[in-house]
Amino acid sequence: MDIIIIGLLLGGTYALMAMGLQLQYGVARIMNLANGEILVCGAFGAIWFFTASKLSPIYAVLFVVPLAFAANWAIYQWMMLPLVKRAKNQGQLEVDSILATFGLSFFVIGILLAVFGGEFLTYSYLAQPVRIFGEPYALNRIAAFIGSAVLCAGLYAWLHWTRAGLTMRAVSVNPGAAGLVSINVTRASALAFALGGAVTAAGGVLLSMFLTFDASLGVAFTLKALIIVIMGGVNDVRGAIIASFILGLTETAVATLVDPGLTLAAAYILFIVILLVRPEGLFGRRAS
Amino acid sequence: MTAGEKRGLIVTAVIFLVAAMLPLVNQGYWLSIGVSIAMYTVLATSWTLFSGPTNYIALSTAAFFGIGMYLVAAFLDWAPFPVLVLMAVVVGAAFAAVIGLATLRISGVYFVIFTLGLTELVRQVVAWMQHVMGTSSGLYVLISMTDPILYWLLLALSAIVFAIGWWIGRSRLGFALRIIGNDEVVAEHSGINTARAKVYLFVISSAFAALTGALVAPRWSYVEPTIAFSPFLSFQVVIMALLGGVHRLWGPLLGVIPFTLLWELISANFPAQTTLVLGVAFLLIVYFIPHGVVGLFEDLMRNRHGRLDSIKGTLLRWRSGNA
Repeated sequence: MDIIIIGLLLGGTYALMAMGLQLQYGVARIMNLANGEILVCGAFGAIWFFTASKLSPIYAVLFVVPLAFAANWAIYQWMMLPLVKRAKNQGQLEVDSILATFGLSFFVIGILLAVFGGEFLTYSYLAQPVRIFGEPYALNRIAAFIGSAVLCAGLYAWLHWTRAGLTMRAVSVNPGAAGLVSINVTRASALAFALGGAVTAAGGVLLSMFLTFDASLGVAFTLKALIIVIMGGVNDVRGAIIASFILGLTETAVATLVDPGLTLAAAYILFIVILLVRPEGLFGRRAS
Repeated sequence: MTAGEKRGLIVTAVIFLVAAMLPLVNQGYWLSIGVSIAMYTVLATSWTLFSGPTNYIALSTAAFFGIGMYLVAAFLDWAPFPVLVLMAVVVGAAFAAVIGLATLRISGVYFVIFTLGLTELVRQVVAWMQHVMGTSSGLYVLISMTDPILYWLLLALSAIVFAIGWWIGRSRLGFALRIIGNDEVVAEHSGINTARAKVYLFVISSAFAALTGALVAPRWSYVEPTIAFSPFLSFQVVIMALLGGVHRLWGPLLGVIPFTLLWELISANFPAQTTLVLGVAFLLIVYFIPHGVVGLFEDLMRNRHGRLDSIKGTLLRWRSGNA
């Protein structure tokens, strides 16, 4: 019971970063290996905000999100677009963007190290217990879950019930055809990339409420987000959410039953199972 | 063997012989740099064997390097060093085969993603195993291995890597890999077993990383998970190979030498900012010299030839016009 509830709470918070990556990879077609670093930036922003102002870290979302949006927009315009224009085909773009974002991830780690130093950073907020079914759970985990649920619901609604969201989904299905029906694919991709980064950073803010961060932690989160996106399918938000819960549950189970140091191994086991059983994802269609 | 190949072989042999003289000239600073260069040459060249022609970027060098190093450190009390080095090759190859079979059968980015976190995964598992078995996390590798011996070993190893790379380049396997790199669908339709070719090369390339890790373990002398499995190494190897150029066998070497020297300077002068500097260098290479030093050089040569040809053409036209 313990494992299930903590796992679901964790998974719910992961959903946000997975949706961020999904926007970047599914719509903008950029495999962003620096995604985890963006998340760590969000978390560090929240830590800095909380220690400086003593206000609830939830408010940190209000400045982290626009900042991350702007930064990711800039990254797309100045770093990714030249690669998109240079690439002769999708494969070339994939290789180039993987290399560029891989370099970017070390660049961001370097900046974080220079600004914040190499220590583990954390803060204590809402650390009192709450009873659910007679068992105590930390309030900050629940708050993070609720925050994530609200943002996910908002994003889902935006994707499904607005014109801009429809544009996103169209580009994600087929960029070529989207261009034919007078969608500005470049603009839509830039928007998706920026929004994806903003959502990921928001996920970092929420995760910082109950996890300890250091500058080099990004790669583990990149990997988790990638595994969720592969498991859930690149074009399906529901898939990503369900996959987040599966990952959260698996990680919590391994951490409680075996060893807390093995969370990444848990994620890898899931990854291998997906690759062997359903490489197209839970809701993905099998390529003919 | 054509005349050109023979000439290439002689030049390579001479270069290796000259390089082998280094310990006779200098035993201190320059030799230790020579060891680093030889080590990165093996790692970067064997990385390129797989990732160069296929375009599958492997980010897992450090994982295999660490496995080799750890095997030596952990079992030194039970087996002699040469046996452990052999074991590192076997274990590294077997591990790479399992990963390759799971991820390389499917085309796409799965492989890259899998290798991205592999170093961290192996580090976690090793730390956990040490925790369960109750051994301390730090291990000492106390065998006497002098720098000249290590240097010659690594130099011999890089000669082997070059020989294997040269052989693969001429073989059906190498041809198959180049087709896979150009278009995997075409490769499949022309009857190439793409998965098998990719797995073979990944195994070869990873076995060399494990072997290198095992060989240099005595130089580290103190090994623990965070040291052996540092993701930095994967990054350095990729950046060196890209800087040199991945479409020629000797390309990575042209990246390794300047980068190792530069790296010595950077880590001596800005020890706190190495990650940042490395990130910037990486981005500069990806954006401004996408085909590496070799690419730059070849463009230059082509331009010169092109200009000569156009001059010749003009001369010919002018002459025929007169006649």
